[in-house]
Amino acid sequence: MIGEVFKDYRQERKLFTNRTILSGMIIILCFLGILIRLIWLQVQSYDHFQTLSQGNRIRLEPIPPIRGLIYETHSIVLAKNLPAYALELIPEKITNFNNTIAKLRKLISISDNDIKRFKKLRRHKRRFDSVPIRTQLTEEEIASFAVNSYQFREASIQVKFIRHYPVSKLTAHVLGYVGRINRRDLKRIDSSQYSGTSHIGKIGLEKTYEHLLHGQVGTKHVEINARGRVLRTLESHPALPGHDLFLYLDLGLQEEASRALGQENGALVAIDPRTGGILAFVSHPTYDTNLFVTGISHKSYNKLLHSPDRPLYNRALRGQYPPGSTIKPFVALAGLETEAIQAKDQIFCPGYYQLPGHKHKFRGWKRHGHGMINLNGAIAQSCDIYFYVLARNLGVDTLHAFLSKFGFGRKTNIDLVGELGGLLPSKAWKLKRRKAPWYPGETLILGIGQGYMLATPLQLASATATLATKGRFITPRIVRAYRGPTTNGTIKEFPKKTIQIAKQTTQHWSEVITAMRQVVESSQGTAKSIFTNAYSIAGKTGTAQVFTVRQNETYDESKISKKMRDHALFVAFAPIENPRIAVAILVENGGHGGAVAAPIARRVMDHHLLRDESSKTQDILLQDTAD
Amino acid sequence: MPPKISNKLHIDWPLLTGIILVCLWGLVIIYSASDKNLDMMARQLMRISLGFGIMLFIAQISPEHLYRISLNLFGGAIFMLLIVLALGVIGKGAQRWIDLGIMRFQPSELAKIAVPMMIAQYLSEQQLPPSNTLIFKALAMILIPVLLIAKQPDLGTALLVGSSGIFVLFLAGISWQMISIFAGSLIALAPIVWTMLHKYQKKRVLMLLFPESDPLGAGYHIIQSKIAIGSGGLHGKGWLHGTQSHLDFLPERHTDFIFAVLAEEFGLIGVIVLIGLYSFIIFRGLYIANQAQDTYGRLLSGSLTLVFFVYIFVNIGMVSGMLPVVGVPLPLISYGGTSLVTIMAAFGIIMSIHTHRKLLIA
Repeated sequence: MIGEVFKDYRQERKLFTNRTILSGMIIILCFLGILIRLIWLQVQSYDHFQTLSQGNRIRLEPIPPIRGLIYETHSIVLAKNLPAYALELIPEKITNFNNTIAKLRKLISISDNDIKRFKKLRRHKRRFDSVPIRTQLTEEEIASFAVNSYQFREASIQVKFIRHYPVSKLTAHVLGYVGRINRRDLKRIDSSQYSGTSHIGKIGLEKTYEHLLHGQVGTKHVEINARGRVLRTLESHPALPGHDLFLYLDLGLQEEASRALGQENGALVAIDPRTGGILAFVSHPTYDTNLFVTGISHKSYNKLLHSPDRPLYNRALRGQYPPGSTIKPFVALAGLETEAIQAKDQIFCPGYYQLPGHKHKFRGWKRHGHGMINLNGAIAQSCDIYFYVLARNLGVDTLHAFLSKFGFGRKTNIDLVGELGGLLPSKAWKLKRRKAPWYPGETLILGIGQGYMLATPLQLASATATLATKGRFITPRIVRAYRGPTTNGTIKEFPKKTIQIAKQTTQHWSEVITAMRQVVESSQGTAKSIFTNAYSIAGKTGTAQVFTVRQNETYDESKISKKMRDHALFVAFAPIENPRIAVAILVENGGHGGAVAAPIARRVMDHHLLRDESSKTQDILLQDTAD
Repeated sequence: MPPKISNKLHIDWPLLTGIILVCLWGLVIIYSASDKNLDMMARQLMRISLGFGIMLFIAQISPEHLYRISLNLFGGAIFMLLIVLALGVIGKGAQRWIDLGIMRFQPSELAKIAVPMMIAQYLSEQQLPPSNTLIFKALAMILIPVLLIAKQPDLGTALLVGSSGIFVLFLAGISWQMISIFAGSLIALAPIVWTMLHKYQKKRVLMLLFPESDPLGAGYHIIQSKIAIGSGGLHGKGWLHGTQSHLDFLPERHTDFIFAVLAEEFGLIGVIVLIGLYSFIIFRGLYIANQAQDTYGRLLSGSLTLVFFVYIFVNIGMVSGMLPVVGVPLPLISYGGTSLVTIMAAFGIIMSIHTHRKLLIA
């Protein structure tokens, strides 16, 4: 180039070479800096970033376990898992939503509500997540979609298992139900175990045995991309299914008991005295538990909740009623065992009893009295005066001590959540809870199962079973055994918890049982109508007052409303020689135990003792398939 | 001495070999980064071919001719930058290109070449080292296109264009006194500029310095690319086996962040090989500059080589989390044609300077 000025080329060149060398050195330094940085990242911090990179791409997905089944004693399924088919859409694959819906509607009915719900659900999902638009498809709908599925890239049918109770109304108060996990449930469960599960036992056996029924969650390592889409499964640990439960409950008996109760509100508990196993457990009215599984509507729920008959109320487990005269055999046994009386001792019954120095007349149910009466007659004819005298002789604390041996006043610890323990009063209890001293009159009415005392039908049945076995108290159980991953597929029985009540002499127990036999067999017995030649029955009728009759007034059933009528009670066991069933029945506002409750017991005992096993099972199986 | 073929074609074989090797490796990485997309690879191959064509074409132009068109090229670049700015104002939006129908032309790319040409031409007319007035005039010339580009806004390109001019000044022998005055005033100005910034602007700068403070927003890029590089380790996860890149965690993975893919799949060893190749090209460029027979050639080829280095340093520094994120591609490797063509043109100039030497003994 033509320099217009004089230039010192040599010096310029030298200067440039210096600067070039300097640049080269700076460049080397910079590259060294980069290399040091990369060595730090790739060698020094390799483990750290390696972990982060793995965490980026691998996600743990839960595999929900399949809930255990529940079988009754003849292996009929009471709770199972039904595949529920849902039509699901993948939002990112939909080209024209209205088009898709119009095309689908030709095959499957889709309501505007379904669409609304779909749009709501879609907002919380990612574009490639499948969102249900119709649940509980019918077989025809599944078939017609399946034939045309090639037209729908965006739609597919997904299967989910939902809990189903084939005879839900019969088993509602035993099994309970599962429902969607809510915030309260989340607090008490290991949420990782439930990460893939939507339902949990809310009440009944489903809740009591949740730990066995649920099973163990499985896991799946999946590779995901930055948007969370699952690309492939790397490894998976399958879920362990829940345990199956095997009940003592006999569905046939349960059904017979339910039929026998008919339209009445009440409860029936039948126990096998040999095992403590619950054979039948009925509370009327009942409800359809399946409604709760899929999510009950507010309207239906309110209807159940506010029904005057209270169908959700488990009367057998939580209903606390005055036991009335059904307590008398236990009071009599207390008298015999403490040697306060002998079976042959007679007293005179004028129809009423007065405490010394008191004007108040404690009346018996029979206006003019039973005359001279011993233990047999007092139980068979349910003489109140006899037990007033006996109770007074024993005193409240002796009664309390003796009756509590039979489980009164505390929970039986049956394997059902929510049990109530009734109330067995004592002096100490009254002072503590009512802040008042115990009055002698209260001892008298305790002797006939009135006043403060309350018992659940379950407690009465359990106490009757204890009486039947002459003092072997077995904690009642509904579930006999279980089977599952922890038992290697074999059925494992739950251990029985037995307490033997200390006895003076077995003779006393036989005397009380003989007296109870007279209730059915004597011509004056309060339950003579249920006498049968087929087997022997020991029973006791009871009538629990709901409405207090004032002094000098008579109780006239026809004049008071149904709600105010007495509860009818009956306890019994059979056969006497080798008891196989003990029952307690309560019919709310039923009136007289002998007339209303005893026939129900007879039907249930007939069913259990007389029908041969094969015909029983067959009947139910036929019914099950028809259901 | 018979003229060599390389001199006839005006090709510098060592430089060409280095460039071809890096480009081929770039294609290999793009294939992986694009998830085995052959279309993208073919498109990039077309661009590389176009780049080589331009490089060879420019290499035929003699340095004397380049010297003569320097001013026109510079003027043209400024003019087109103004047009782009005007179009942006009319279109109410930022704009960087002029639509030529078949392709989009970015005047700022032209400026990357035109600015060092202009400054080299301007300085080489005078005795070096340049006088203070010359330096200030040169600085003013640099500042005009830089400000126009920064206004687009394209900070990365503005930085490259500015440094290309500054490098000419540096190589021309600007005194250390001046260098320290400029550096000092820059450092002194920084806090003043900082206080003038809006709150959101400060936040953005801090974000560049501490990306981890916003892992889902601005920091996401840098965090993911650090994971990609770090998890590559010494040997890398293997070609096509980078999880960060193949599972979409790494953003911009075939353009600005392609270095992270390379580091993830080829590990530190791959990185060292790449830096070795780049160093070879750079030092060959510096050697050519030093061998140039006149001041203009020396200043221009030296500056262009140093800009090439700046590309590499800024890109790797940004991807590995040492420098703030500015949009600078990894030269010869990142997917895209614009900067590739410019870089190839620069190498064309360097080759021209080297192969048009008169066979005289100075």
